[in-house]
Amino acid sequence: MTAKQPVLEVHNIGLTVGSKTILEDCSLTLCPGELKVLIGPSGAGKSTFLQCINFLQMPDTGHIILEGKTIDQKNKAALCTYRTKVGMIFQDFKLFDHLNALDNVAIALRKVRGMTKNAAKERALQELARVNLSEQTTLYPAQLSGGQKQRVAFARALAMDPIILLLDEPTSALDPELVGEVLTVIRDLASHGMTMIMATHQMDFIRSISTEIIFMEKGRIVEQGAPESLLNDAVQSRTKQFYQSLSSL
Amino acid sequence: MDIDVAFFQNDLLPALNRGLWVSLALIIPASTIGFVCGIILGCARTFGSRFVKKLGDAFTALVRGVPLAIQLLFIYYALPKLGIYFEPYGAALTAFIICTSAYQSEYVRGALLSIRRGQILAAKALGFTPMKTILFIIIPQAARRALPGCGNEIIYLIKYSSLAYLVTCMELMGEGKVVASDTFRFMEVFLVVGLYYLAMVTLATLLLNAIERKSHIPGFRAR
Repeated sequence: MTAKQPVLEVHNIGLTVGSKTILEDCSLTLCPGELKVLIGPSGAGKSTFLQCINFLQMPDTGHIILEGKTIDQKNKAALCTYRTKVGMIFQDFKLFDHLNALDNVAIALRKVRGMTKNAAKERALQELARVNLSEQTTLYPAQLSGGQKQRVAFARALAMDPIILLLDEPTSALDPELVGEVLTVIRDLASHGMTMIMATHQMDFIRSISTEIIFMEKGRIVEQGAPESLLNDAVQSRTKQFYQSLSSL
Repeated sequence: MDIDVAFFQNDLLPALNRGLWVSLALIIPASTIGFVCGIILGCARTFGSRFVKKLGDAFTALVRGVPLAIQLLFIYYALPKLGIYFEPYGAALTAFIICTSAYQSEYVRGALLSIRRGQILAAKALGFTPMKTILFIIIPQAARRALPGCGNEIIYLIKYSSLAYLVTCMELMGEGKVVASDTFRFMEVFLVVGLYYLAMVTLATLLLNAIERKSHIPGFRAR
């Protein structure tokens, strides 16, 4: 494989709240088509790190470069534009409660990207069809199952044509029998070359699909490498210990 | 007691119907303008800068803390000393708008604060600016939550509009009082005036219920 130009570079992100260090010196580089997985014990700072990458939380230190351009954290308009390019999937979906599935997808197309009502609707229908929800377009969040809600959230994020997708434990809030339908969506995205960073505990999934594992603990990146090198039988890595503790459950 | 039909037909009902129009001319603009002002004031008190918040809170504290009758009398009788003159109707309308917007802002503020942080985060993650988030995500949700409270305030307004007679604005209550004083038929007059208010409140309640039903979203109020 030829060396690719990184699409996203995250440098030395740090965040302190009060006297507590939440994140310290976290860096990563993402090339097109890569799927990097964040793992680690709860409280390690995975969610916060993802939110900092999208500037939903403002990091105290560090900087982020998207497609060669450093993001100016003080420029609010630039941050809004940046966020349209870096999509986010939340653990608890965060669908807009007052809108049905179709409008959940269409509203940002209309109000942020300025599309007409019809164009936005057409695009939203396409995205919902892609996640297999053509039958549920008029249902409200309260009428959808967890897996359906998360798929609407994917449609909503994908409709913005993001360059990168950040996934914060997208299957953790789902009943076990609903996890599969969401993983199918993620696998489909990965096979189409979507660049992603995902925090997750789905270990078998990680092993089969990720290009790199990033292991976090206490706000720091402890280990980082390809799954085969970190989880190889011969090595004794912190990641492997954690992996085994999860697998033995 | 025999019912004096002629009194009702010739004296009471024509006077009360005249007063009813004045009442409606007070209630309808006061409730709509007051509601819009209440939303703006509620948003300012929730999302505004520190200074704007303080200013809004102070205004609300003042308006809620002083009896409406005093505000009315102050606007009509005291402001002229400062060179600000109002017609009776204008004085009453102004006082009602000020009063109802302060109360509405409190219902609106409560509803705005009840919107879960996740909704705002989701909008932010999609590239919504703070203003667009407020307009398209927060207000549509908050309006539904505020509806029962705001409707309640409109019901109150219908009844406290009767205070307008204090500044000689001849609405329902004022007309009734004149007829009562002229004829000494307090029983009939105030019973009928009461029925007029009851009818207005009943109508408003039905209307508000219809709005609530129409804007209902499955599962939305369950949280």
